[in-house]
Amino acid sequence: MGGFPILSLMLLVPLVGAIACLKLEAQAARTVALLATLIDFVLGVVLWANFDIGGAQWQFQERHAVFSSFSYALGIDGIALTLIMLSVFLMPVCIGASWTSVTKRVGEYMAAFLLMETLMIGVFAAQDLYLFYIFFEAGLIPMYLIIGVWGGDNRIYASYKFFLYTLLGSVVMLIAMLWMANQAGTTDIPTLMAYDFDPHVQTWLWLAFFASFAVKMPMYPVHTWLPDAHVQAPTAGSIILAGVLLKMGGYGFIRFSLPMFPEASAQFAPVIFALSMIAVVVTSLIALVQHDMKKLIAYSSVAHMAIVTLGLFAFNVQGLEGSMLVMLSHGLVSGALFLCVGVIYDRLHTREISRYGGLAINMPRYALFFLLFTMASIGLPGTSGFVGEFLSLGGVYQVSTWVALVGTTGIILGAAYMLYLYRRVVFGEQKNADAAAMPDLTLREYLMMIPLGLAVLWMGVYPESFIAPMRQDIAALDARLARAKPAYDGKLMIGKGAPAHEAAAEGGHH
Amino acid sequence: MDLAHSLRLIAPEETLSIASLVLLLVAAWSGDKASRLISIVAVAVLVGCMALVAPALCNGLSGPDVAAFGGQYRADAFAAFAKLLIYGSSAAALIIAPAFFDRLGQMRAEYPVLILLAALGMGMMASAGDLLTLYIGLELNSLASYVLAAFLRGDGRSAESGLKYFVLGALASGILLFGVSLVYGFTGTTSFVGISSALSGTLSAGTVFGIVFVLAGLAFKIAAVPFHMWTPDVYEGAPTPVTTFFATASKVSALALLMRVSLEAFGSQAGAWSQIVIFAALASIVVGALGAIGQSNIKRLMAYSSINNVGFVLIGLAIATPKGAAAMLTYLVIYIAMSLGGFVAILMLKDEDGNAVERIGDLAGLSRTRPYLALALAMIMFSLAGIPPLFGFWGKFVVFQAAVQAGYVALAAIGIAASVIGAFYYIKIVKIMYFDEPADTVRGDSDLAHKALLLICAVFMSPLGYLLTKWLDGLAQTAASVLFLAA
Repeated sequence: MGGFPILSLMLLVPLVGAIACLKLEAQAARTVALLATLIDFVLGVVLWANFDIGGAQWQFQERHAVFSSFSYALGIDGIALTLIMLSVFLMPVCIGASWTSVTKRVGEYMAAFLLMETLMIGVFAAQDLYLFYIFFEAGLIPMYLIIGVWGGDNRIYASYKFFLYTLLGSVVMLIAMLWMANQAGTTDIPTLMAYDFDPHVQTWLWLAFFASFAVKMPMYPVHTWLPDAHVQAPTAGSIILAGVLLKMGGYGFIRFSLPMFPEASAQFAPVIFALSMIAVVVTSLIALVQHDMKKLIAYSSVAHMAIVTLGLFAFNVQGLEGSMLVMLSHGLVSGALFLCVGVIYDRLHTREISRYGGLAINMPRYALFFLLFTMASIGLPGTSGFVGEFLSLGGVYQVSTWVALVGTTGIILGAAYMLYLYRRVVFGEQKNADAAAMPDLTLREYLMMIPLGLAVLWMGVYPESFIAPMRQDIAALDARLARAKPAYDGKLMIGKGAPAHEAAAEGGHH
Repeated sequence: MDLAHSLRLIAPEETLSIASLVLLLVAAWSGDKASRLISIVAVAVLVGCMALVAPALCNGLSGPDVAAFGGQYRADAFAAFAKLLIYGSSAAALIIAPAFFDRLGQMRAEYPVLILLAALGMGMMASAGDLLTLYIGLELNSLASYVLAAFLRGDGRSAESGLKYFVLGALASGILLFGVSLVYGFTGTTSFVGISSALSGTLSAGTVFGIVFVLAGLAFKIAAVPFHMWTPDVYEGAPTPVTTFFATASKVSALALLMRVSLEAFGSQAGAWSQIVIFAALASIVVGALGAIGQSNIKRLMAYSSINNVGFVLIGLAIATPKGAAAMLTYLVIYIAMSLGGFVAILMLKDEDGNAVERIGDLAGLSRTRPYLALALAMIMFSLAGIPPLFGFWGKFVVFQAAVQAGYVALAAIGIAASVIGAFYYIKIVKIMYFDEPADTVRGDSDLAHKALLLICAVFMSPLGYLLTKWLDGLAQTAASVLFLAA
């Protein structure tokens, strides 16, 4: 690709689309939004095809010093590449999901989504500390509007909660960034990733970044905005929120907290483990008793993201690769599950689980897709969920057997609440006439479900496609973390040897 | 330093003085019929003055060459920076006025003349090199401002606002003057350079009292907590174009003056006053944010917002470094644009009969009835809250960057955490405009001048503003460095 600024183009296309959508009528706005996201997806594919696996760590770099104190610097490594791919893949699905369900203020809605896409790609592609912050923080504005304008009944409360929680987390991070840039004399992220901060200061910096990423992730005590925001957001809002926005937290950990503050990360790993273990168990149990489908999936997201944090702080290659795969898989699967909820919500306008039942009879094809995504969420081998969870828990096992034990209960509980949900919605008798009369999937819904289903299977059967681009970057990160690696808690020792051999040896002596 | 040279240096002041006197005569002979013509001439004069001061900033002038009348007056880069802002916002206050006053039949010829006189006083404040120049400039500005606040003679609120402003402003001037006399008594000089060198050793109690009184008097003028009480009443009661003038030009001149006094005259004793400023900064941020939450009138809300913003500017002052001063200037430029945009948008909020709509509740659903106005107002609100990618973020960014570089990490962390409180009421306005059902109160047509000004402010506040950061930072640093030459 030479010097062609493909990343800038990927930022520009949705931005231009967003401005155009503001002025357009409903149907035209939908078309423009779909076109813009599809163009960006094609650009994403081109990006992936041209990404030189095993080549330079940072590719497609662009750098222009147009601003004071920071520069417009873009560039991606394998980790960023996969997350950008996830974003551009989910966006057309989002637009499709709101094709008919959003009828009021369509132009503004599509504009908000396209703006969101620009900002998400920007977050993953930014190579300058402050540029990253601007993209990271700017996402608040469109998301606030999406929840507040097109959300459900309690949308005002949810939008405030989302905005203020994430803002408070982020501003503390900004102070840490200012300090780091002042100390290291640069705002270049790759340089900072190799800069060794004083371990004592790292503690504070780590906490400041943690304040932001833990809220975005979201981790256990500060996760409460997520169920509110999810339930109130429109379907496409939930898809993008679960699919990509939550990944910004994980991306933050893997890009900033771990490589920039390895000592502090090791120091705080027990805290992360504790919070993640609580999250896995508690939020799974909460998910088990939900009556609202979206809330259930929202809580399951918190549990899955806890497995991500477990794997990240395992400080080994399996854990890190596993976490990345869980993030990608969760992006696809939770997006697909919210889509499944959206499909029946559009027909019956309720998310109450008890209003449905026996959908396998009147919507068999829908039931098939829902089953696939349910299984992927549980982590059935052959689906994307399995690979990531297996790797990250395997990585954790190398650090702490107990944490791995508790983490694994999440999979069992996950199976419990997901299968329970599936049974109540799809199996059983048809309790309500209106639910029983719902028609099966339309062509538009097929077009959204099939790519998602194929991607889930692809990632489950041949995860190498997704691991290959990031292998080198994960290895580099692992090498960077090596000096702070925690010790293994299992007391491995060589056994006493086989009795027969022992007896023979003893016999030889005598 | 001969007289002719001094007279050349004060060319902008001479122009303003002569122009205001001539226009006053025109007003006296031809009455209110000529008010529009007088306004146009006044705007032209202000623009001309901007052209006169611009070279000093571009060339980064400083030192004895640009000190007129034995150092009582400076035409240096810092003064030029402040004057560009002052004259620019004064011109804006003139441009937005006719549409407002015409409808009330109150477009009188005194308005542009008073604005010119106030701008003259403000320019003197920014150029002051001596406590007496400072006081003359301040009073010239204040007297014109009191009259402007009460400009709608028939309106009770306007008269009340003028009276309140006068009584409290006179008290603050008295406090300031008392501080000036103490400082003079203990240092034996009124010139900033002289005071700076006289304060080099340990401070006597009397000097400390003097510094505190001077700072208290100036804190009143910039509406910093705990001297902020007058702001909401005056901002609400004064006619909106006048409020715009107070929120922009007055703010710049008072802050420029505060910077001159603190960093030039008292600069060698920064340790003595920085704690006071830190307190005022944090208190302003918190009180401004909390006070705004309960407001139902949008002008009162903007008043609290201005208190809140002054707090952020003061963080730049508290650290007393050249970078901090430059950050204050950058913040001011951005704040002026946001404030101007905000008040112009408020001026455009009119009901069917053209009456001003000031109740926040009446903005409900504005995004559906007046989408572009709502979009501009939402941008202003997010920008005031300091959410990137809007340009308001940059002002906060440079201030906190300077604070962190000077080692005030805790101050920066507390300040920025408190800014989240402020974000609450800004996004409340967005919520009312975008999430609520339309009240459909705002129906009146807008003046072309208002639309044009709002568009300029909106473009400046959009992410495009970041393209100016290099240029803006360069100018601010040139201007700010002037204040630290003595030290």
